[in-house]
Amino acid sequence: MDRQVTGQSAAFGQARVFGAGAAEAVSAPAAVPATAAATGARSAGTVRFEGVGKTYRAAAGEVRALDGIDLDIRAGEIFGIIGRSGAGKSSLLRTINRLESPTEGRVLVDGEDVARLDEGGLVGLRRRIGMIFQHFNLLSAKTVRANVGLPLLVAGVPAAEIATRVDEVLALVGLEGKGDSYPGRLSGGQKQRVGIARALISRPEILLCDEATSALDPETTLSILNLLRDINRRLGLTIVLITHEMSVIREICQRVLVLDRGRIAEEGPVWQVFGAPKAEATRALLRPLQQALPEDIAARLGGARRSLRDGTLVELSFAGAGPADLGALAQAAGAGLALVSAAVDRIQGHAVGRILVVVAPDARIENLSALADATRVLGYVHDTDD
Amino acid sequence: MFTTQMIDRLWQAFFDTLPMVSVSAGIAVLAGIPLAVFLVTSGPGGIFAAPRLNRVAGTLVNGFRAVPFIVLLVALIPFTRLVTGTTIGVWAAIVPLAVSATPFFARIAEVSLREVDPGLIEAAQSIGCRRWHIIRHVLLPEALPGIVGGLTITVVTMIGASAMAGAVGAGGLGDVAIRYGYQRFDTNVMLAVIVILVALVCLVQFAGDTVVRRLRAR
Ligand SMILES: Nc1ncnc2c1ncn2[C@@H]1O[C@H](COP(=O)(O)OP(=O)(O)O)[C@@H](O)[C@H]1O
Ligand SMILES: [Mg+2]
Repeated sequence: MDRQVTGQSAAFGQARVFGAGAAEAVSAPAAVPATAAATGARSAGTVRFEGVGKTYRAAAGEVRALDGIDLDIRAGEIFGIIGRSGAGKSSLLRTINRLESPTEGRVLVDGEDVARLDEGGLVGLRRRIGMIFQHFNLLSAKTVRANVGLPLLVAGVPAAEIATRVDEVLALVGLEGKGDSYPGRLSGGQKQRVGIARALISRPEILLCDEATSALDPETTLSILNLLRDINRRLGLTIVLITHEMSVIREICQRVLVLDRGRIAEEGPVWQVFGAPKAEATRALLRPLQQALPEDIAARLGGARRSLRDGTLVELSFAGAGPADLGALAQAAGAGLALVSAAVDRIQGHAVGRILVVVAPDARIENLSALADATRVLGYVHDTDD
Repeated sequence: MFTTQMIDRLWQAFFDTLPMVSVSAGIAVLAGIPLAVFLVTSGPGGIFAAPRLNRVAGTLVNGFRAVPFIVLLVALIPFTRLVTGTTIGVWAAIVPLAVSATPFFARIAEVSLREVDPGLIEAAQSIGCRRWHIIRHVLLPEALPGIVGGLTITVVTMIGASAMAGAVGAGGLGDVAIRYGYQRFDTNVMLAVIVILVALVCLVQFAGDTVVRRLRAR
């Protein structure tokens, strides 16, 4: 980490990037010049939760939304938060820019306790933290330009500067030429790009995304995720995102937090949490991603070998420790190896997932165990002729 | 059918009704919108939460809304004299008209303001808007179509009320209708006044609807 520049120069660096790489902002994120070094990115953008708890007191009774949250979000990372609906994801995210105040504990942004800010300080904090929403929350009575420029307008930035910065940020999100449209005329993906532009125009250190792609179709989701990743790389800003879609986490997050009923179920690098989930809550969330056992095989599966011709159904789990080496697998299993299903993903350079194979009755299972992080015999597949 | 004298009189009455309605509508807007904003933002959980004051204001508004206009007209006579120095004529009618139209309009505007998506207020807070910015850039512009629609209803109601004010000597179309149509049994005058009032109402409604449609088309 050699990025140590702050304040003015970081902002200036951003301005340059906003203008420079605008054209390929969306279409070719891979072609974007190396970022942190090129722009002199900042070291700000950290969030720390210390024993954060939140209890909502409503007429209907009390809801314990967050409980004992201790967590560090690092500068410049893309941090994911998952959990079933009602787990407290939004509550947690909203304590960062104090849209919600914790009832216990502290939230520190760049070391500053957000609860201690007065109105002016809070406004200042919020200008350093952008936020985008599931339903975009754009002002229907204002044009795209006016929506995107509003954060600067209320900050008292001169009109001429607002105009140039709106142009820069619209180019960054791939919305050149849409400035004079009203949000009502845009597609969902375009609306979210306006939301992103509005969130970025103040050159924040942190971007909060609450289910930002949940109202979008899969293709648009991917393009928005690419944009977010691109922004993260270029501007070096920290992104904290909530989603209920595991694929979103897998796609762009470096670390992930699993929330379960207001508590941290587990937390760690995505490949680790997804590759070897420890908490039941995580396994429950990941279950829909796993392929079920094919029905014909399930029907013929037994707990014991019935005949000498019964193959052995083996599950090889990969949790990121090594490659899924198929050559070695074929060698170890010998003749009669049949692939049933395979779902191995590469997450952050780690092979994660599982492979189901049927091996010949005489294959030595012990030889397979060295090839994966975990090997398990699921049963014996009876011969149809029985 | 009409003597030139009667046509002059109707014409004069029409030009008495216009300022009566427009000036009091102007006052209703100037006073009613802040009142509506206060009613919305001072409620529990609002951006200027002040529940006790909110309840007082709400009760006051309801009080004025409950009094029939014709009663208000009479009850306000001392106040009217204080403000305008007279109790007859166009200017004297404007006071009770404005006093009755303001809470009426404020309640309608309040409904439109309440319908603004709380997510928009949240988004505004997240980009560093102060409370005043939220009113100026979020609440009012987003509620504008509804507020204009409410103003149309208010003005139409006030045209009717202004005719009533005419009955107690304020001048205007209502005055002509009562004096000539009712007291002298001149049916033609009565009909003429009705036609003019209907035309006026239609015009206001059409103009209001057009503006609302334009605003909503964005
Ligand atoms: N303003 C509120 N008043 C009362 N209860 C709330 C409020 N906001 C959220 N909750 C409750 O807190 C819990 C967590 O909500 P939330 O943080 O929105 O979860 P998630 O975003 O994971 O779906 C839920 O049980 C929800 O009903
Ligand atoms: Mg939520």
